[in-house]
Amino acid sequence: MNFPLPEFIAVSAANPWTYVLFGVIGFAFGFTLEMSGFGDSRKLAAQFYFTELTVLKVMFTAIVTAMVLLFGAVSLGILDFSQVWVNPTYLWSGIVGGLIMGIGFIIGGFCPTTSLASASTGKIDGMLFMLGGFVGAFLFGETEPYFTNWYNNAGYFGRVTLDQVFNLPIGVVVLLVVLMALFMFWGAEQLERIIGKKDMSREPKIRLVGAGVLFVFALAVVFIGTPSLEEKYQKVIFTRTETIPQENADPIINTYTYSADEMLSKRLVFITPAEAFKAKYNQAMNPIYIDVRPEADFNLYHIEGAINIPEERIEEVVPILLTEPTANSVFILMSNDETAAVRAWKKLVASSLTNSYILEGGINNWIAFFGKDDESLQPNPKAADDQLAYIFPAALGSRYESCDPSPIEYENLEFEAKIKLQLKRDKSGGGCG
Amino acid sequence: MTTAPVTKKSIFKRPEKPYVHPYFGGVVLGIVLFLAFFLTGNGLGSSGATSRIDALIVDAISPSHVDNNPYLLKMAGGDKNPLDDWIVPVFFGALLGGFTSGLLNGRLKIMTTKGPNISNRTRWLMAFLGGVLFLYGARMARGCTSGQALSGGATLSAGSWAIMFAIFGGAYGLAYFVRKLWN
Repeated sequence: MNFPLPEFIAVSAANPWTYVLFGVIGFAFGFTLEMSGFGDSRKLAAQFYFTELTVLKVMFTAIVTAMVLLFGAVSLGILDFSQVWVNPTYLWSGIVGGLIMGIGFIIGGFCPTTSLASASTGKIDGMLFMLGGFVGAFLFGETEPYFTNWYNNAGYFGRVTLDQVFNLPIGVVVLLVVLMALFMFWGAEQLERIIGKKDMSREPKIRLVGAGVLFVFALAVVFIGTPSLEEKYQKVIFTRTETIPQENADPIINTYTYSADEMLSKRLVFITPAEAFKAKYNQAMNPIYIDVRPEADFNLYHIEGAINIPEERIEEVVPILLTEPTANSVFILMSNDETAAVRAWKKLVASSLTNSYILEGGINNWIAFFGKDDESLQPNPKAADDQLAYIFPAALGSRYESCDPSPIEYENLEFEAKIKLQLKRDKSGGGCG
Repeated sequence: MTTAPVTKKSIFKRPEKPYVHPYFGGVVLGIVLFLAFFLTGNGLGSSGATSRIDALIVDAISPSHVDNNPYLLKMAGGDKNPLDDWIVPVFFGALLGGFTSGLLNGRLKIMTTKGPNISNRTRWLMAFLGGVLFLYGARMARGCTSGQALSGGATLSAGSWAIMFAIFGGAYGLAYFVRKLWN
């Protein structure tokens, strides 16, 4: 079983249980915040005068607990991290927004969710904070058009995690965050003892055991590491639906699931040159043409707009492709024939880039289709598998006419559409968005 | 039904219990957060629901205004129901969960939590203003302490960690100047 469960990723009226599940999650969330004392603004504000550091303790304990469990599950291969929502980084709007939140925090004494716990237990200040929140969120919607460009672009880095920032294995980052949190807890207790005049000898000893357990778990994440691409490839599942129209009745919809190898053997991920070309003019999708051939071949001839990522470097660019901002991105891989493109496809699919397709017959087939009238391109009968089957008069790159076929000339092309957009979630769909 | 008043009294007049230990609360919260990610791929949050409820209200009063505002359009444009998002059940669940914990622990009480040296009225005004600012900032940062600091912190999102430090930075930076509110 591979988590998270696809049917639970978003609420949907087709599956009413999703509302219940998210409701239960919210219930547990509110319950925990209230029982930790976050319904009382004094407890929250005390954090900022060093008298009681409950906010820091609860928050960082929660972060490291969830983090260790989450990356532990990823290490064991039961949780697919690429399906976990990671807040995309919009650095500048994030920092400015964060500073404004901090000001709201110290003036208002709550944050949004703690104000829910407060309001629901009858605290008038919590209710007024909530009410103010509705006004604040409304004002943001009204003023956003004035700085929409900055808001949507300034410091945008996409899905980027700390291990990428520091270029460390993710397990090491998990361990470092745990160590940092433990150090902060120690510091917080010192502050409470000195400034808050709290008797720390009455603190339960079990917290030291907890710290030890956390440390051991983090070490385990470091040593297990993350699952290999091969292991992940074996677990990838594709779904395809087939709609059979019925007379006087709703159409029958059959859903099939396939493994990645089945997708290849049934040729469900091979798209014709016509479909690959038409994708460029399809508003619904954002095709990214990835040419995995060696640079020399790429320089001889390539499709207009294709990017050259030689096969051996494909793994390096996976993090960049994962952050490709739009959910409707479709990756179209190509080699001279298909062999190298298939190998690259396996790597992308194993990295959860399941919106990946292969140009059927590769560049040779593209030339055979769009360049059949170009007399400067002569077939090379001696070409072996996955080599260019044409002789080029010059390395013109994408300046042959067939590299960028005219959308008017080829307006009507017939093909069996194989691309199935899998819109996991739109840009604003996850997180707090 | 004759026992009803007695039951009621025993629920609402429960002795007020102390809060749980912060580390214990943190571990429970961490497990809830992990389960949310594990089952659904989403973390926790609430501030998104605030703007969605706003969008619903605006859409009911003036649908044409929604069509002229790209931010609202994303949530309530056309036949979109702004409440059709996972964060909405989480929001209402959190209200109910907070209430239930308050009920079970004898903490349901109409009162105002404030520093000792300010009036209720000042506290109410400040709570309202704080709410306005916090949610304004939360929408700008695309998430609040829950959606960014907590959820993004656990998934090691670089931007979320920056936001977390910014929140603490903003609060600590201003704390000295508003110390009368709390001390």
